[in-house]
Amino acid sequence: MAPVVVTLGVVSLLTDISSESVAAVLPLYLTAVVGLSPAAYGVVDGLYQGVSALVRVAGGWAADRGGHPKWVAFAGYGISCAARFALLVSSGLATVATVVAVDRVGKGIRTAPRDAMISAASAPEDLGHAFGVHRALDTTGAVLGPLIAFALLWWIPDGYTVVLAVSAGSAVLGLALLGLLVDEPRPASASARPATSATPEPFRWRTLANPRLRRLLLVTGGLGLLTVGDGFVYLALLDRGEFAAHWFPLLYVGTNVAYLALAVPLGRLADRVGRARVVVLGHAALVGGYACAAVPLPGAPATIAALVLLGTFYAATDGVLAALAGRLVPDSMRASGIASAQTTVAVARMLSSALFGLLWFALGPGVALVAVGAVLAVALPVALLTLRGLDDVGERCAA
Amino acid sequence: MSARARAAVFVVVVAVVVVSVGSFVLTQAATHGERFSAPPDLPTTPLADVADGPRLVFRHTGVDDHYGLVAVVPLDDPGGPRAFTDVACDRVAASAGPAPVVSCLRAERGLVPRFDQVLLDAAWGETEQHPLRGIPSRTRLSPDGSLVSSTSFVSGHSYLQAGFSTVTEIHEVGGESLGNLERFDLVVDGSTTTARDRNIWGVTFMDDDTFYATAATGGRTYLVRGDLGARTLTAVRENAECPSLSPGGGQVAYKVAGAGGRPDSHWTIGVLDLATGTERLLTGQRATIDDQVEWLDDDTLLYGLPRSDEAGVTDVWSLDVDPDAEPRLLVADAWSPAVVRP
Repeated sequence: MAPVVVTLGVVSLLTDISSESVAAVLPLYLTAVVGLSPAAYGVVDGLYQGVSALVRVAGGWAADRGGHPKWVAFAGYGISCAARFALLVSSGLATVATVVAVDRVGKGIRTAPRDAMISAASAPEDLGHAFGVHRALDTTGAVLGPLIAFALLWWIPDGYTVVLAVSAGSAVLGLALLGLLVDEPRPASASARPATSATPEPFRWRTLANPRLRRLLLVTGGLGLLTVGDGFVYLALLDRGEFAAHWFPLLYVGTNVAYLALAVPLGRLADRVGRARVVVLGHAALVGGYACAAVPLPGAPATIAALVLLGTFYAATDGVLAALAGRLVPDSMRASGIASAQTTVAVARMLSSALFGLLWFALGPGVALVAVGAVLAVALPVALLTLRGLDDVGERCAA
Repeated sequence: MSARARAAVFVVVVAVVVVSVGSFVLTQAATHGERFSAPPDLPTTPLADVADGPRLVFRHTGVDDHYGLVAVVPLDDPGGPRAFTDVACDRVAASAGPAPVVSCLRAERGLVPRFDQVLLDAAWGETEQHPLRGIPSRTRLSPDGSLVSSTSFVSGHSYLQAGFSTVTEIHEVGGESLGNLERFDLVVDGSTTTARDRNIWGVTFMDDDTFYATAATGGRTYLVRGDLGARTLTAVRENAECPSLSPGGGQVAYKVAGAGGRPDSHWTIGVLDLATGTERLLTGQRATIDDQVEWLDDDTLLYGLPRSDEAGVTDVWSLDVDPDAEPRLLVADAWSPAVVRP
């Protein structure tokens, strides 16, 4: 494991503590202190969701084009960090909405260059493992952030500025760690990959249209269309009345704990049995998660099983997809390749959540989930067949 | 810069961040402790003195050790001595009913914050508790105190979650839940809409079958009339949020977004005469109002307004139902007023 993977993981951990602590208390802050109504809050939340996917491609392109992924990622982390400080002094809906959107722009910019650095620093046979380690650290931050925020509010009831200050401090630490202690990946790391061309290929959009990447985008985009938001699964679980509404916020934590626990083992599994296979089969866990939420099984075990399966799905798909996409394109296109795969998935999932909303209302939670799960189950063998051979690419290059 | 030098700079950055954030947190904790440990700086009176007459029940928001507790003042002396209960609520509704009932929505802090609706009897003892899915927003009781509504709002906090939504429920006091209003049929312009993106909030009861509320769908908000028997919500007017029926039932007050050339983020209070369908906009009141207003009597509205220079502190204002009327401060350090008329 290259040390830079762990360092980048810690950068992500600190940044996630920073962003998730604010995200957790922002609704309370906006209603209790700024005095916004639910309708006004919806505007902010919508901005939160949509901005990130679009700038991601730009971030990937800038990283490849300039050849300095570290500094593009640094700019992304820096923008988000500046947004945290702006939040400390902003009040009112318009300013808060702007700051939140700027924060998401930063997230969009940094993701692909950072994943390209992880990819560049790791040996091909170890890529899934490397991304697993990174995602486990990243998700640890996502679990800790809300807990830290609520612990601070527990201690200091009106301490929203305290949460914002801790968040800003955490963002500065992440930024400093990246800027000072992470080296730009050097061609020297190519020694681990002797088969790749010695002279870097020039950046060309056309390279992105290579058939292997196109197949991956097609399949992950298609599967993304059958991936409904976790929120719906949680609501379906809540609908069955198996647990009190109090536990609702904890469902998200449960999924993340399963994700961080399984990210490394599933990443290693992907290295052994094939990444494309694991990405597709991860969706089988999603089918299981839908089933647990939709079928009236009794009690807590079904709820816990649903969360573990959702966590398995993320552990098998998120980092592994980046590992896979980064190796389907030439080194000089890596960030763009990863960005295009991630953007495809994000856009497909947003579309899917919107469409699923209609189905949810027309058929009811249980039937809607079973319907989507059934289509997804049928799609999996097709996806496996379509991606056949994709896993061999990395091995052949390394041999 | 050499690796060693960069490591040294990093250590300095860590030290600066930890010391500055740490000292800020500790200072804030100490300040908070000081501000909220003094007794209220206003005259008080025993609860028994205000238990029976016409009265105003509200959340006290003065910066003192009673912050957040429900207090009561007589309607004939709202600015006078207040009587404190030991019940903490974020939103409160009260009905004299045949037997007094109070509905209280509250957030309890903790590593996992929990949100509840609590019903209380005449002696301020808890009779019922219902968990809420999200942050307390609105609550109302029907005139005879037999039905109670709650609105809370839920927000996902992960990148790909389903976003924000309100959850509004009606319960029989001492009985069953009548369900989430999102499941009611929503009728707009004569046809039942199938759109899922709908949010319902801010119930106000006419009687034990009819109520008004806000429905939002397709980027528009509607004043809807609800029918509990038929489980329908019928849009009666666009751009009218958080309705509140007058004691006589003939008028409904609500928030209008962007009235009179103001930006859409500005809410003006509108009052609709249900018999004639005429709306009056109370533009003499210039601040934006984000509250479900309450009626003091058939000619006067009450609402809470955050104090702009003091975070978390609010006042309750009164406003005559007259387009040119100017607001008057009714109760300082107060929020979520509920008028009880025995």
